[in-house]
Amino acid sequence: MKRLYIFIISLFIISLPSYSQMLVDFEGEPAAFEDNQHCFDCHSKKIYTYENEYTGRIERKAMNPNFILNPDKFYLGVHRHFSCTDCHSPDYETFPHQAELRLEEMYSCLDCHGGDPTYEQYHFELIEDEFGKSVHANRHDEHFSCWSCHDPHSYSALTRRDMKISEIVRQHNNTCASCHDNPDRFQLISDSLKRPLHQIHDFLPNYKLHFNAVRCIECHSSPTDTLWVAHNILSKDLAVKNCVECHSANTLLMSSLYKYQNIELRRSRGTLNAMLINESYVIGANRNIYLNIGSLVIFGLTLLGVLVHIIFRIIK
Amino acid sequence: MAEKIYLYPVWLRIWHAINALMFLVLIATGISMQYSHPDAPLIRFDRAVSWHNIAGIIVSLNYLIFLMGNLITKNGSFYKIKLKGLIKSLIKQFDYYLRGLFKREPAPFPISEERKFNPLQKVTYVGTMYVLVPIIIITGLALLFPETIVSKVFNYSGIYLTALLHGTVGFLLSVFLVIHVYFSTIGASPSSNFKGMINGWHEKH
Repeated sequence: MKRLYIFIISLFIISLPSYSQMLVDFEGEPAAFEDNQHCFDCHSKKIYTYENEYTGRIERKAMNPNFILNPDKFYLGVHRHFSCTDCHSPDYETFPHQAELRLEEMYSCLDCHGGDPTYEQYHFELIEDEFGKSVHANRHDEHFSCWSCHDPHSYSALTRRDMKISEIVRQHNNTCASCHDNPDRFQLISDSLKRPLHQIHDFLPNYKLHFNAVRCIECHSSPTDTLWVAHNILSKDLAVKNCVECHSANTLLMSSLYKYQNIELRRSRGTLNAMLINESYVIGANRNIYLNIGSLVIFGLTLLGVLVHIIFRIIK
Repeated sequence: MAEKIYLYPVWLRIWHAINALMFLVLIATGISMQYSHPDAPLIRFDRAVSWHNIAGIIVSLNYLIFLMGNLITKNGSFYKIKLKGLIKSLIKQFDYYLRGLFKREPAPFPISEERKFNPLQKVTYVGTMYVLVPIIIITGLALLFPETIVSKVFNYSGIYLTALLHGTVGFLLSVFLVIHVYFSTIGASPSSNFKGMINGWHEKH
């Protein structure tokens, strides 16, 4: 009987979805380090050299900035054990590269991760569905893909339980700002001229503080999104502009930015949220039930004292 | 006709009026922000933020007028507390408010040109004007420029702790305001002190 209990408990623990569950070995040597070095010899540098077979000379050329990668970041990312040719054509192994290789179709996330129970915890299918509803998918053609925001050469899971909220905010917002605050990159998907972010958001009191404290997606994604990181980005006319949606006891931040901690920490009578005060302060959302009751009691006693004094002044 | 003494100069009356008005704005907007609710806003949140900031800056500048006025004129001398016999004087004044007043006894520390405040008033006003008000101004300015606040204090958000102090002192000042306004009705007549706030003359009783 005891063994049965141990078996059932073990089964239960194993079946628990664990976000810290490592699918990638981040400790060991990258599996394709040697193979990839050949590519990184050129694609990690601004200037690369090669021997011109026709002239016999050593040529020095400038690398297209879009094709320069950082090997350190690559080997910290989730695809660190990949060989370059796992995703790119093996024909890239020869140099000069054939011109038509630039036209090769790139894989999307779902091509590798879709329908695979190994990656179930990351909800790739749900992300695809939510993205499909988003303004990114609807306003732009299929050129807008996962890689428009996430670089597969350095991608690492940003949102983890052990990560500070401020760090999550910084990294997530950098992803958005890489296009929305960069006119050159923005033109890759749009001909429209965009006003700078601080001008668009000048209605926010102290916009810098807002940008450092909350993610863009807090206001620009669907509040019904069940994902840890919302992917249904809404059009700008549907963005949250009503201050009290965050600045109130039922702040929507509880279902977005603070979702992770919220899973573990139950809210106490809709007032003080312990995890909120550790990281930030949101006017109207941070309320302390003891201070609320204490202040009401003191104020009530003050008014009562005044009332009693008035009565004595009248009757005496 | 009751004897009158000119106790409140023009600059002091203007300072007091601005302070009173701005305090009411700050309390209303402060409560509205702290207890904001999407369905029942006292004052719309963005307006409350703007009004609170503007009123806070006015109160801060006004405080400088108060400090300068107290340095230049003799008004500052009314805030000097003599520690010798203070406890006895405070008990005497408390006793007057709790007992003597109802028996129509004369005030133990009657107001004169040399003594604008009774000992209890003096201690309360010094605590308010030289402790609580500076704290609320400093924390308020810090919240207006949050980048100046230390980000973490013992693993707590510096902004949260600053806001907590700001709100607590704001609450204490609100309690002071209630008592202050009520005690203004204790004069030659319930309205005489309010008249004095406007014309500068204190009616003795």
